[in-house]
Amino acid sequence: MIQVPRDDRSVIGQWWWTVDRWSLGAILAIMAFGVMLTLAASPPAAERIGADSFIFAKRQFMFLPLALLVMLGISLASPRHVRRLALVVFCGSIVLLAATFVIGIEIKGARRWISVPGLSSVQPSEFVKPSLAVISAWLLAQSRTERRAPGYLMSTVLVGGVLALLVMQPDLGMSVVVASVWAVQLFVVGLPMWVAGFGAVAGAAGMVGAYFLFSHVRSRFDRFLDPTSGDNYQVNTSLEAFMNGSLFGRGPGEGTVKAQLPDAHTDFVMAVAGEEFGLVVCLMILALFAFVTLRSMSRASKETSLFITLAATGLAVQFGLQAAINMASTIQLIPAKGMTLPFISYGGSSALAMAICVGMLLSLTREHAGLREAV
Amino acid sequence: MRLWRKSASPDPAAAENAAAGARYASAKERLKGDAQETARQRLMIASVIFGIAFTAVGLRMGYVSLLRDGAEPTQRVAARGGSIQSERADIVDRNGAVLATSVPVMSAFVNPHLLLDPQEAARKIVTALPDLKYDEVREKLEGDRTFVWIKRGLSPREHDRVNRLGIPGLEFQAEERRIYPQGTAAAHILGYASVDNTGLAGMERYFDQQLQSGETVQLSIDLRLQRIVEREIARAVQKFSAIGATAIVMDATNGEVLAMASLPTYNPNSTRTLTNEALFNRATLGVYEQGSTFKIFNTAMALDSGKVSMTSVFDATSPIKIDRFTINDDHAQRRPLSVPEIFKYSSNIASAKMAVDVMGPEGQRAFFDKIGFLKPVTTQLPEVASPLWPRHWMKINTMTIAFGHGISVTPLHLAMGSAAMVNGGILYQPSLVKRTAASDKGRRVIQQKTSVHMRQLLRLNAVEGTGKNANVPGYEVGGKTGTAEKPGRGGYRQKALISSFVGAFPMNDPKFIVIVSLDEPKGLPETGGYATAGWVAAPSVKVIIEQIVSLYGILPGDLKEGLPPIEIASTPVPAPVVPAPVVPASIRRSPGDHRKALPVRPAPGQTAAAPGPGVRRVASE
Repeated sequence: MIQVPRDDRSVIGQWWWTVDRWSLGAILAIMAFGVMLTLAASPPAAERIGADSFIFAKRQFMFLPLALLVMLGISLASPRHVRRLALVVFCGSIVLLAATFVIGIEIKGARRWISVPGLSSVQPSEFVKPSLAVISAWLLAQSRTERRAPGYLMSTVLVGGVLALLVMQPDLGMSVVVASVWAVQLFVVGLPMWVAGFGAVAGAAGMVGAYFLFSHVRSRFDRFLDPTSGDNYQVNTSLEAFMNGSLFGRGPGEGTVKAQLPDAHTDFVMAVAGEEFGLVVCLMILALFAFVTLRSMSRASKETSLFITLAATGLAVQFGLQAAINMASTIQLIPAKGMTLPFISYGGSSALAMAICVGMLLSLTREHAGLREAV
Repeated sequence: MRLWRKSASPDPAAAENAAAGARYASAKERLKGDAQETARQRLMIASVIFGIAFTAVGLRMGYVSLLRDGAEPTQRVAARGGSIQSERADIVDRNGAVLATSVPVMSAFVNPHLLLDPQEAARKIVTALPDLKYDEVREKLEGDRTFVWIKRGLSPREHDRVNRLGIPGLEFQAEERRIYPQGTAAAHILGYASVDNTGLAGMERYFDQQLQSGETVQLSIDLRLQRIVEREIARAVQKFSAIGATAIVMDATNGEVLAMASLPTYNPNSTRTLTNEALFNRATLGVYEQGSTFKIFNTAMALDSGKVSMTSVFDATSPIKIDRFTINDDHAQRRPLSVPEIFKYSSNIASAKMAVDVMGPEGQRAFFDKIGFLKPVTTQLPEVASPLWPRHWMKINTMTIAFGHGISVTPLHLAMGSAAMVNGGILYQPSLVKRTAASDKGRRVIQQKTSVHMRQLLRLNAVEGTGKNANVPGYEVGGKTGTAEKPGRGGYRQKALISSFVGAFPMNDPKFIVIVSLDEPKGLPETGGYATAGWVAAPSVKVIIEQIVSLYGILPGDLKEGLPPIEIASTPVPAPVVPAPVVPASIRRSPGDHRKALPVRPAPGQTAAAPGPGVRRVASE
């Protein structure tokens, strides 16, 4: 199957021959697009706040190599280490998440960030997502295969608790991702179909509840359903950008939309891609995300350890869902949702958290021949 | 936890059979195997759903990029950091009426390098903007430049027409344009600003920094009164075929200019066709020999010295011959005259004697220096002229200056000095911006009792002297005429006159100074062929005073002594019985704008709200 020279038993050598090199390649390609788009989209945002034009680009060029190192480092780990790492990250980020209510910085009406000296600000919820996916995968797998430990109950409690914290922030987009990841894991672990159906209905009911509970969710839905009812400035400008870009784009640096969109370098980075590089590049980026997601899910399904299958599934779903939600918001397929595009949107927390997520994913989707007992 | 599916196998019996014989370990293996099988199936379903979602995103991307609307790509002007200009502030009158404001407009420019066919483009542009000339536009478009303005400050209609041309390389820049909503009103005070919003004249220039930093300038001008004054002098200019005119209404008690007009005038909204003549502000830039109105200052100077009293007599029996000049009287009485008679008959001979006998050249010069007639007026306009006066101030100069020749000052000097002579002796620098209390405390230049005598003299002149045509019954108007011959080549031109009238009222405690001056008026049969001030300027002063009292709701009874001083109302006073609109509709303020709707003070025995209608009519007729 894999030609491993007998004399190459080093960690790196083993890693190289067992890791999912296609996914790794796709991730690196996504990062390259991220560099390109940050250079294109962030200077106007920096100029708006009166800073050096390339301040965001420079910072992102610090974050990305760091993220790459973290990702590769984690991908070297064994599944057991991944589980332990997830536990540590989870505990740490839950503490920080709770701390946002006390010492958080309020940005645009939500307390999601914590100021860390030297790192400006950190968004703990970004780190909760991947670690929670791994932990709940382990709990579910334990219940399912070992029939010991109240894994289902514990994972329900954990996810419920995290969701409560996220809703309080409020960070609805993040809650949707966490809930969806857990729902997929439950589905994969063998939830009866009627429960799955019921869960889908309950999820829809939750959305309706959010509509009535949170005014900003309501206004976004209203504007999505009836574009004339309110200010759709970002989305309209974004659509205009795609229209301007057409098939091959206006060319790098030729875009105008980035000067008008406040979030052109973060949530609406695809609009800049659409305008300056065109549909072809957008579809390439979309294909890369789809490729990594689906390939990882496929590899997860071939695993012999249920924990690995569930954890890899959760991480792949998180990665793919975040990309899908971000892009769908940009093109008005779903109501606008504050969600970063993995490795492409500007932001240190996002890049680092995604590095942990993808690092664990790469580690878990390695060929684990003979490693089952190590789990 | 019965909810969870225990086995993937459709046949529980088979699973049990299989597990029955196996060791515990293998049963566990079996369970794991089942779980893996379930997971594999479920993952397949999840992958398909994900695949559908990604496909949907991709399709939607294609749709919005290529198919949506089928419209042309829209072009937007990207906002570069800090390029948005701050709006130039308004200039408003004393009641807040907007005299100058800024509105956002679009300006068209072209990058000629992007044009496919400059001649074709020029032809199209000229059809959309007919006021441009084809040759000029084509020359611009064929030049080797990357930026040329086509037209700045397009109207929305023009912007639409140009935009519809769809010429590549032709773009728009958002700018702001200065608008003067009152047209020609107060043009010389406001001045105007360039297309780049730099003040080039008037208040726009004087307060350029302040306006650019967004701070509104409030003038002392009352737009309603300004309109009245402008209309009246325009009428006088037409009637007497004058070449120009100027008028000033000043608050004698603090130096605020309430109205100031100069003809010919211009419209600051269309500065392209300006002529120097129209731009010239006669009130502050025109230095003229003022003629007999200077007798106000000559008499005040003499009385204030204490060497002359109201009963002093000066001989005006025969003309004075000095050097090669002869000083004569227009209304010669050929006898000794008392001071009131000198004033009433406007005797040049007696005035000259008074100046020489009492003050001498040095004293006279010191007096005119004291009342600010030897240097430019200090006010909020860049356009102020220096007076002309003799460097060697000798006896002959003293004599002619006594009746207003040999010295040239601006009409604004005249208003400033006259105010000081009648308001109790305090000189205030003229102000074109609304004064806050005590912003200029003024400077005493003559004694209180001298000022009282001056009031009496001016009132006398309006009752029995040359100022009769300015008298408004019931309002105690006082005034002095001044008819000066304009200097020409080799002497004075007898037919070219500057006819001025200095009016003030109410003379028991003057509040208003009204000056009207006509340049080269021609006599009419009804004036007996005279073009002197008493015939041509005094009637205009009368009309203006009539309008003032109706505008500010001043009643004859308001003028009695011992009442509080007159205030300038910000709103016209509605006539309670006969709703006679004495203020033209165009300048009346809306009812919602009423701030002080009451007459300034009630007459004795009357309430403010119900003055007698007959009294009101005096003012409006």
